[in-house]
Amino acid sequence: MIVITLLKRDLAQLLPGGRGGGSLLPVLFFMAVAMLYPFAVGPNPTLLAATGGGVLWVGALLAAILPLERLLAGDVERGLFDQWALRGLAEELVVAVRLLAHWLSFGPFIMLAAVPASALVGIDGETLRIVELGLLAGTPGLAAIGVIIASVTVGLKSGGAALSGLLMVPLAVPLLIFGAGSLSTGGEGGLALTAAISLALVALAPFAGGAAIRAAREG
Amino acid sequence: MEECSPQTRLAATDLACRRGERVLFARLSLELAGGEALQIAGANGLGKSSLIRLLAGLLRPFAGVVERTGAIGLVDERPALDEHQPLGAALSFWTALDPTSAPLERLGLAALVDVPVRYLSTGQRKRAALARLIGQAAPVWLLDEPLNGLDTAGVALVEALVAEHCADGGLAVIASHQRFTLPGLKRLDLASYAT
Repeated sequence: MIVITLLKRDLAQLLPGGRGGGSLLPVLFFMAVAMLYPFAVGPNPTLLAATGGGVLWVGALLAAILPLERLLAGDVERGLFDQWALRGLAEELVVAVRLLAHWLSFGPFIMLAAVPASALVGIDGETLRIVELGLLAGTPGLAAIGVIIASVTVGLKSGGAALSGLLMVPLAVPLLIFGAGSLSTGGEGGLALTAAISLALVALAPFAGGAAIRAAREG
Repeated sequence: MEECSPQTRLAATDLACRRGERVLFARLSLELAGGEALQIAGANGLGKSSLIRLLAGLLRPFAGVVERTGAIGLVDERPALDEHQPLGAALSFWTALDPTSAPLERLGLAALVDVPVRYLSTGQRKRAALARLIGQAAPVWLLDEPLNGLDTAGVALVEALVAEHCADGGLAVIASHQRFTLPGLKRLDLASYAT
């Protein structure tokens, strides 16, 4: 019951078109990367087909950074986390629900947008299939890294967005290596490793996030 | 309405608070039982808000212990309501988590339920925070500057709400530099614990 109440509020804020200023921005950003790439490297079909899948991965990673600044900081500043704590709601639970809402608000949309984006970067159906499977396995991990970074940077008054981006990039490298790497090896092993990393990150994120938010109270 | 038991109690023993490099106050002890109210007075910067957060358990004491029996309700300068949502929707998020809902009519909020929280004035936000507090039905009230931004009628309303809360067996701690009129109100001057 509590989980559903929290999830409903989170989704209302985060979903594209949501009232809380959650927007289509990450998806449009992802599409923009896919659209610009052929202009940048030229219309060579072999080159595009060979590199297009990797570009979609980079686009997905960058798009996942966009919602981070307001993901947790707003609720900490406005005292909601304090009120939840007084009601005996663990920060871990709130962060776990936020992680789910954050993923729902960009993961499935990026996967949908990858279909038209694949036409823009000129990759074939088989490659698209591997990209989609990779995104399915990898975006929960990207969301988890995002939630961890958002919780660590809640105390920062300004410059949170830029710092989130810089912190996210190195942490996301393993996901990128195995996720995008599955394209060249043709699948299975890379996808399984991507899913495993995602799973570990998703399991870790609520505890890391909860601890970071509690620590920010003492600051 | 309130789930107050005779055991409602709030006690602090030899409390000290450090913020950054400074110890704000030390050797502070207090004890309150159900039905009692305490005003924490003191100039700006003496640590009134920090003491409220210590009592709420949101800050760890530098020294000493806080014992509390009963759920804590906190009102501070942040109403904890979603800025972009209409007041009614923002409050109903808390109503879904809390046992009761607040008498909006009495708090002067009934006409404002469709107004987004970001358009509310300081006093109206304070009233909205009080609505959230009443809905929580917690036996221990911790109020940090509850009179800030309120008009004369608002001040009288808060005093009446606290009086009723205490009559129902609840206890209240009010951190305020303003005059708070309440029969039997205890007073603690934070200046005498400053280090």
